[in-house]
Amino acid sequence: MENPYMPYPVRIDDIQIATEDKSLKTFTFVFLNEGDEEKFAYHAGQFAELSIPGVGEIPIGIASSPVEKGFVKFTVFRTGVVTSHLHNMKIGDIMGIRGPLGNWYPWDKLENKNVVIIGGGFAFTTLRSSIVYMLDPANRPKFKNIDVVYGARSPGMLLYREELFEWEKRDDINMHITVDGTDDPDWKYHTGFVPQVVEQNAPKADDDTYAIICGPPIMIKFTQPSLTQLGYKPHQIIMSLENRMKCGIGMCGRCNIGKELVCKDGPVFTLDEINQTPKEY
Amino acid sequence: MKFITIDKKDWAKGIDKSRKTYQLFGPVKDKNGCKIKALDADVVPDMDYHESVMSAKSVLFPQTETILTTSLNEAVDDHHIMKRAENTYTPRAVLGIRPYDAKAILLVKMNFDTDDYRDPYWCDAYEATTLVGLGITKPGPFDFSTSVDCGPFCEEGLDILLADLDDKFLAKVLTPKGEAYAVACGFETTADDKESQALFDILRKEAEKNISASIETDKLSEKVLLDLHEAPFWDDVAFSCINCGTCTYVCPTCWCFDIQDEAKQKESSRFRNWDTCMSPLFTRHATGHNPRGVKVQRVRQRFMHKLKYFLDKYDQGIMCVGCGRCVKSCPVNIDIRKVAHTMNTFEKKD
Repeated sequence: MENPYMPYPVRIDDIQIATEDKSLKTFTFVFLNEGDEEKFAYHAGQFAELSIPGVGEIPIGIASSPVEKGFVKFTVFRTGVVTSHLHNMKIGDIMGIRGPLGNWYPWDKLENKNVVIIGGGFAFTTLRSSIVYMLDPANRPKFKNIDVVYGARSPGMLLYREELFEWEKRDDINMHITVDGTDDPDWKYHTGFVPQVVEQNAPKADDDTYAIICGPPIMIKFTQPSLTQLGYKPHQIIMSLENRMKCGIGMCGRCNIGKELVCKDGPVFTLDEINQTPKEY
Repeated sequence: MKFITIDKKDWAKGIDKSRKTYQLFGPVKDKNGCKIKALDADVVPDMDYHESVMSAKSVLFPQTETILTTSLNEAVDDHHIMKRAENTYTPRAVLGIRPYDAKAILLVKMNFDTDDYRDPYWCDAYEATTLVGLGITKPGPFDFSTSVDCGPFCEEGLDILLADLDDKFLAKVLTPKGEAYAVACGFETTADDKESQALFDILRKEAEKNISASIETDKLSEKVLLDLHEAPFWDDVAFSCINCGTCTYVCPTCWCFDIQDEAKQKESSRFRNWDTCMSPLFTRHATGHNPRGVKVQRVRQRFMHKLKYFLDKYDQGIMCVGCGRCVKSCPVNIDIRKVAHTMNTFEKKD
């Protein structure tokens, strides 16, 4: 068994400012060693530790999709010591990635099902990974209807805008893009908070429909009643949690919610599972 | 399995012989009490000690341990590419470890050696280590090890168990590792199996009789996890706690750790340190949000982890070996036995 603390060495291949306030950047990494990309084989919904020698590590959801080859991509919000350092790094710099870590959205269970994806703010990274995965020609037939509700404060704060507007034009995915507010008179999508857009646009639940939610706690809190009203049962609501982490492999002890470790038993849980654990997230 | 008699006059000479191939650890008294630590070449372990302030966990899980290193100097090949720190895992032996500390190592192993991941630092140290236990003939007033499937002469996790017979040690060799260590010491005077076992049984029973403290855990597994978590008694339990973390550091089964990076000039290292669930930083998100930001949440976490989460997750009893160190060391007299009783007898009111 390999040393689970050892990151794969990577080079920063590209850096893109992701939002108009520049608080988020998308980093594209390529692996330095041949064979490491295969070892890093991941599923949409997993995360990794971005590892900067001498600075530290941060757990970040993988934004690229398993169907995209040759690189991995992460969108990072500048907030602490490591993320601030990362935001100041340059293309060509060497660092590490440790993972993939945690579980993933239950793709086996979601086959032949309708999938509703609900995201808010910058918690759209693993959802982007998931959408790209599901829309891949090899995978799209495995799923029935796909609906996406994605909201941000303003149009400039939406992540992956170009892709969103591309998906919007397709007929095999129903996009419901929304912003809290905008002064753009040409804005042609929704205006309003995610819970109300969900209530008005998401499909009603049946046994074959599952919802995946990822977003700030306040959005999740207010979206749950909307989903319940649409008939979703706790086992049909799939969520991805975040907690402070260090090891990412279930050993250092801090990210637990009851006996479950968010880093290893999660980060993906159904609402049904979460309802049986202390709300320590 | 066999028995060996070791005359105490030969003890120091024998372990000296083993120093050629083993690094030795053992109880040493200093001004802060007794500790299990690495023995300098001229130091003989204090085998008359009663209890050590800290457990023996640091032999496998040092308080601070470098795990990875790299150079940040871009002129150097492989700069910014982390390598495993050059720690050595040559054979080591812990002499005089108490049975509850050895049993604790087995509980900690469940965390560091799993089907999915193997912590190479802890596991390599574990594999290199021989545990030579010393049965407890005079248990202290805080010892409640008999009520958690352990006890003063418990053999679990040990490679050799010694019984102190005044002028000699009677050694029960339990594993091939223990046998190899006995050979390295030149201890080879075998004793009669039946007689020796009978003697061990007498000593064990005598010692167990002297343990009056106990912990009540029989109903914990049938309690609903969330009922205990939401029970009304936690404010009372946590009231006097000052979140000093002493209980976690002295505990032989507490394994939580932090990972930090450090750079000096152009050399960087990543290391891990013991951490404590009593600290608000333990769980604080970068955003400032903290799922266990309030003292009572942290105190509850510690007891729930030891007495319920661990029990439910592994079905191997509670995460406690009854050494009593946390009870003895707590500056405000919080007692895990009382908390366990409160949890064990809790009935949810409808």
